[in-house]
Amino acid sequence: MSAFRFVRGPVLPAEHLAPLQDPSCGGYLSFEGWVRDHNEGRAVHRLEYEAYESLGLKEGERILGEAGVRYGIEHAACVHALGSLELGEMAVWVGVSSHHRDAAFAACRYIIDEVKHRVPIWKKEHYADGDSGWVNCEACASAATQTPPASATGPGRT
Amino acid sequence: MKTIRIEYFAALREHTGLTSEEISTDAPTVDALYAELDQRHGFPAMGQLKVAVNDEFSDWQAELADGDSVVFIPPVAGG
Repeated sequence: MSAFRFVRGPVLPAEHLAPLQDPSCGGYLSFEGWVRDHNEGRAVHRLEYEAYESLGLKEGERILGEAGVRYGIEHAACVHALGSLELGEMAVWVGVSSHHRDAAFAACRYIIDEVKHRVPIWKKEHYADGDSGWVNCEACASAATQTPPASATGPGRT
Repeated sequence: MKTIRIEYFAALREHTGLTSEEISTDAPTVDALYAELDQRHGFPAMGQLKVAVNDEFSDWQAELADGDSVVFIPPVAGG
């Protein structure tokens, strides 16, 4: 009933729609995440995604299952791209079908928010100036608020 | 001694130059293992790390068993 998947390269939603099509459903809603040409004031040239796939698939399925229980939707799916993506290409797609639209809107929002926070996927931005960096990582590295496990703060760490 | 397999992703993969390694260790817990590997690799500070043992999220205090597979999870950034 639900399906979380990784694909190499951009997501093509038409390939993943069939399980959502159901004559009892009057509403279908999708969210598409596209590769944007900027982040935090820097011009982005392309992105690279990497995932810890075996855990990512489990966590993704858990999120889809939670959305089903919370919102009573009929079908939900999410597909996330891996590898190199160009500007404008689709990095993530969420599709939900349901008897009525309200549940579909809420579930779609829930799924994309939880996927971004919980599924072990990493994004490396390649900037127009030739530099590159892992999103949420390099930025944290310079912050003073680092919170590793207590025993992990050994010599040589900042 | 236990044999533990560690897989590296994203910033940790690039930092260590490894996708995985197998080590023999007496580390009793996941956080002791992290501290031991940090001595060896000098992991970069990267905010709130999570950890998985045998493909499930785990506590840092979880006890390690021979043959366990461990992944340290840098802050995620899907979507």
